[in-house]
Amino acid sequence: MSLTSSDVKRIAHLARIEITAAETEQTLGQLNGIFKLIEQLQSVDTTGIEPMSHPLGGGQRLREDIAIDHPDRDAIMKNAPASQDGLFLVPRVIE
Amino acid sequence: MFEKSVADLGRALAAKQVSAVELAKLYLERIERHKQLNAFLDVRPDVTLAQARDADARIARGDATALTGVPIAHKDIFVTRDFASTASSRMLKGYMSPFDATVVEKLGLAGMVTLGKLNCDEFAMGSSNENSYYGNVLNPWDKTAVPGGSSGGSAAAVAARIAPAATATDTGGSIREPAAFSGITGIKPTYGRASRWGMIAFASSLDQAGIMTRSAEDAALIFNGMLGFDPKDSTSVDRAGEDYTRSLNSSVKGLRIGLPKEFFGEGLQPDVEQAVREALADYVRQGAVLVDISLPNAALGIPVYYVIAPAECSSNLSRFDGVRYGHRAAHYGDLDDMIKKSRAEGFGAEPRRRILIGAYVLSHGYYDAYYIQAQKVRRIIADEFQQAFRQCDIIAGPVTTSVAFDFGEKAADPVAMYLSDLYTIPGSLAGIPGMSIPCGFGAKNRPVGLQLMSNYFEEAKLLGVAHQYQQATDWHKPIPGGFQ
Repeated sequence: MSLTSSDVKRIAHLARIEITAAETEQTLGQLNGIFKLIEQLQSVDTTGIEPMSHPLGGGQRLREDIAIDHPDRDAIMKNAPASQDGLFLVPRVIE
Repeated sequence: MFEKSVADLGRALAAKQVSAVELAKLYLERIERHKQLNAFLDVRPDVTLAQARDADARIARGDATALTGVPIAHKDIFVTRDFASTASSRMLKGYMSPFDATVVEKLGLAGMVTLGKLNCDEFAMGSSNENSYYGNVLNPWDKTAVPGGSSGGSAAAVAARIAPAATATDTGGSIREPAAFSGITGIKPTYGRASRWGMIAFASSLDQAGIMTRSAEDAALIFNGMLGFDPKDSTSVDRAGEDYTRSLNSSVKGLRIGLPKEFFGEGLQPDVEQAVREALADYVRQGAVLVDISLPNAALGIPVYYVIAPAECSSNLSRFDGVRYGHRAAHYGDLDDMIKKSRAEGFGAEPRRRILIGAYVLSHGYYDAYYIQAQKVRRIIADEFQQAFRQCDIIAGPVTTSVAFDFGEKAADPVAMYLSDLYTIPGSLAGIPGMSIPCGFGAKNRPVGLQLMSNYFEEAKLLGVAHQYQQATDWHKPIPGGFQ
């Protein structure tokens, strides 16, 4: 199978990455090369094999659901591209 | 002093032959002198010297560890409170973490002194260090060659002796491949042994921290301070601590070394094969036994990896939205537009490519065909390792098909670049420990690495097998020209 330009535009939208027309064409060629490599997996017989999601098996450890205060709010806010009064600023979403 | 090992530096510090401040100054001066390597992204002498003064005070008080006062540098994938943490990406330019990664914290508690942060491929995605937003790292052996990736800065810094040791991370070979290309020792432990807390995530079921040093003995000493259970990492393994130096002096007499025939087939360059075969002959002279084994589906590791790693990366990197931290585009319309433009500008070509592959294989209608199928083949490959370890104690082979390639040689062709990790990816998928040690020089006098792999939780044995080779040979000792 082969991707088309509209597939690339669709997945770029899903991934929330802006992509120009020229980039779409270049990316299309590269992704098709990579998917040719990935296609090898389709011919492997995996009947009865459990998917391996983690090298050591088992589930993930859970902790008690207790809120923890971060000690340094200022240090966190310093990395924000735009903030005011300890809040993150984004373009208006509700009129 | 800069030619001394971590073990020797620890002894010299304990014997007060040198102070931690003197050592820090010496290495900071070497870093400055060899700036053209572009190995370091952030150096802050005031921070380093303050840590060194603390180490000297600790040595004077008599509560030092074997690592107290020994300098180390950290791959810029580990977040640090006192140095910028960028993952070599424009996305995180200037980012100051409010906390230290667990690995950084533990080595700091052991008294190691941080020299700074090391360049790498952006978000640890790459095999040549050509994907860093902050420029290429040069290979100290040959400045026209790549140092390997993604831990290229770590490898170059240790090879050039501008750091005695460096942390690194390995998702599909990012410790072993640059160690081989740069002629140093690199080891990744069992998945779950080193904490992932504060390690900027790429592919969470594969990411594992490790160490790059000049010898197996040094790696064992640092593992003692670096590894261990961390409740803050949900896949950290809850097991008792151990002494990773305990098997360094174990003889290899009778050791069964398995050679996967798939690692010696088509594509392996004769110069690499010759150096690896000579290293195996050295082991035989020490009493080890070579056993032919097979990992029939090892070559499928690459397609499996390029489904699983992009899928996990597309999920992990979705956190970068230009809202709470990271790059935000200068001009945008609504919120969606802001996120799309910020991500397009903040991520380089390789992360963008992998995010797109991941978004595709995880999308509706393709999830079972790609992602689940890849996870099933991953299990087939992991099971083949278990069958192999019934016939042998250690698996050995080349790390890479060739010595370090030239800058630009594979940069335009992602598939050719991905094939660089043919021999390292299978072990990463299984999650077993893997190591590269220098075993000679090949074409253009560039270093060759011998790969050694053990079963789960056998890091001490693996380090011992490597140390025995390094006791009998000198391939880990030469210093690249211009860095003596």
